[in-house]
Amino acid sequence: MKMTYEQATKRLEEIVTKLEEGSMPLEESMKLYEEGVKLSEFCMQKLNDAKQKIIDINEVKNND
Amino acid sequence: MQSPLILTVTQLNTYAKSVVEQDVTLSNVFVMGEISNFVDHYRSGHLYMSIKDNQSVISAVMFSGNASRLKFKPENGMSVIIRGRVSIYERDGRYQLYIDDMQPDGVGALAIAFEQMKEKLSKAGLFDVEHKMRIPEIPEKIGVISSPTGAAVQDVLNVLNRRFPVAEIVFAGVQVQGNNAAPTIIDAIKKLNKTDVDVIIIARGGGSAEDLWPFNDEKLTYAIYDSQIPIISGVGHETDFTICDFVADLRAPTPSAAAELAVPDIREQKYYISALKNALDSAIENNIKEKQYNLEQLTKSTVLKNPEKIIENCELYLDSLITKINMNFKDIFTKNSSDFAMICSKLESLSPLKVLARGYSITKKDNNVIINSKDLSIGDSISIQFADGNAKAKITEV
Repeated sequence: MKMTYEQATKRLEEIVTKLEEGSMPLEESMKLYEEGVKLSEFCMQKLNDAKQKIIDINEVKNND
Repeated sequence: MQSPLILTVTQLNTYAKSVVEQDVTLSNVFVMGEISNFVDHYRSGHLYMSIKDNQSVISAVMFSGNASRLKFKPENGMSVIIRGRVSIYERDGRYQLYIDDMQPDGVGALAIAFEQMKEKLSKAGLFDVEHKMRIPEIPEKIGVISSPTGAAVQDVLNVLNRRFPVAEIVFAGVQVQGNNAAPTIIDAIKKLNKTDVDVIIIARGGGSAEDLWPFNDEKLTYAIYDSQIPIISGVGHETDFTICDFVADLRAPTPSAAAELAVPDIREQKYYISALKNALDSAIENNIKEKQYNLEQLTKSTVLKNPEKIIENCELYLDSLITKINMNFKDIFTKNSSDFAMICSKLESLSPLKVLARGYSITKKDNNVIINSKDLSIGDSISIQFADGNAKAKITEV
């Protein structure tokens, strides 16, 4: 599933909170840290590369 | 010649009044004109005014019962359409208009209709706060409903582009004026509800009350109410209010403001993500530091520092065990010795030697103890055991 900017931000917040609580094995912390780094890069890239995209409602494929 | 009928003023006025009141036309009449000399008698609630056109004027009064039902506040210069009756106020001999109902003429009629619609829909619960949907903080996709040719859509797109170009825009071009406006907007809302937009902005620039009229449409109000996607209304200027504004999940004073409210500021987001990254770094750093500290504490512990201590401790323990065993052994030995002495003394009291010591002796023949003299014959060799030794003897007589 493609992650949205908001989902990525929320997950990043979650990881920071977990790491700040500490009390987990080092391997797990490192895994979370790596995920967090990737998420922050993903978010930053989204923000830096953002270019407004406009489509007309008539070009949108309906969900139904 | 008959003398002329002379009336009192009161009689005259009463007569004139009865004549006027008998007239069917005058008893229910519609009059249009402009209000002047308006007096709101705040104590009684009655309204006094003159109604005039460019040539004539008539006094008018509206009693508090009728006045309290007015949806607008009458003002001097206001053009109105009045329903009422004509009569004469006897005391002053004043011919005047008694107003039952009054509506503003022209634009004012729209204002009345607006208030009536607003009240009706409000009673139906369409503006209830509990029904308002939360506007997402960070939308991924935004639906924009506006006129493709208007300035409003440009304002909205500019603001969205400046503040948060991350969000994709799905544009639904509609008419924002005239009879077709409400149906096309309703259609756009329905279409956008079939897409995955996170929020919808309805935008229209400022205009007269008539221009904005489609945004007071009842069906449109219900379409906004029924929308499963939160809607921000940005219709007209700061001071313009439409029914759409009341039913929308969020009312923005202008189209630009609607766009501002729909998205976060990209600069703040960048700052926030950097802050999160910093928090992430210091969190992992702290985690590692804590682990290092724990490790250091462990290496500092005596066990790892002086392993010989373990052996020393074992030796100490062993020593203590030996001491304990020794002590126990002594106890057991002492106890057993005393037991033994006791048994010995018991045994001693039973010993035959003791009996012998008292002067008895044991006679044995061929190592058999002789108990009866009959068992002996003359010439038998016997041995006699005394307490301190033996003697041999021969039987000489039995």
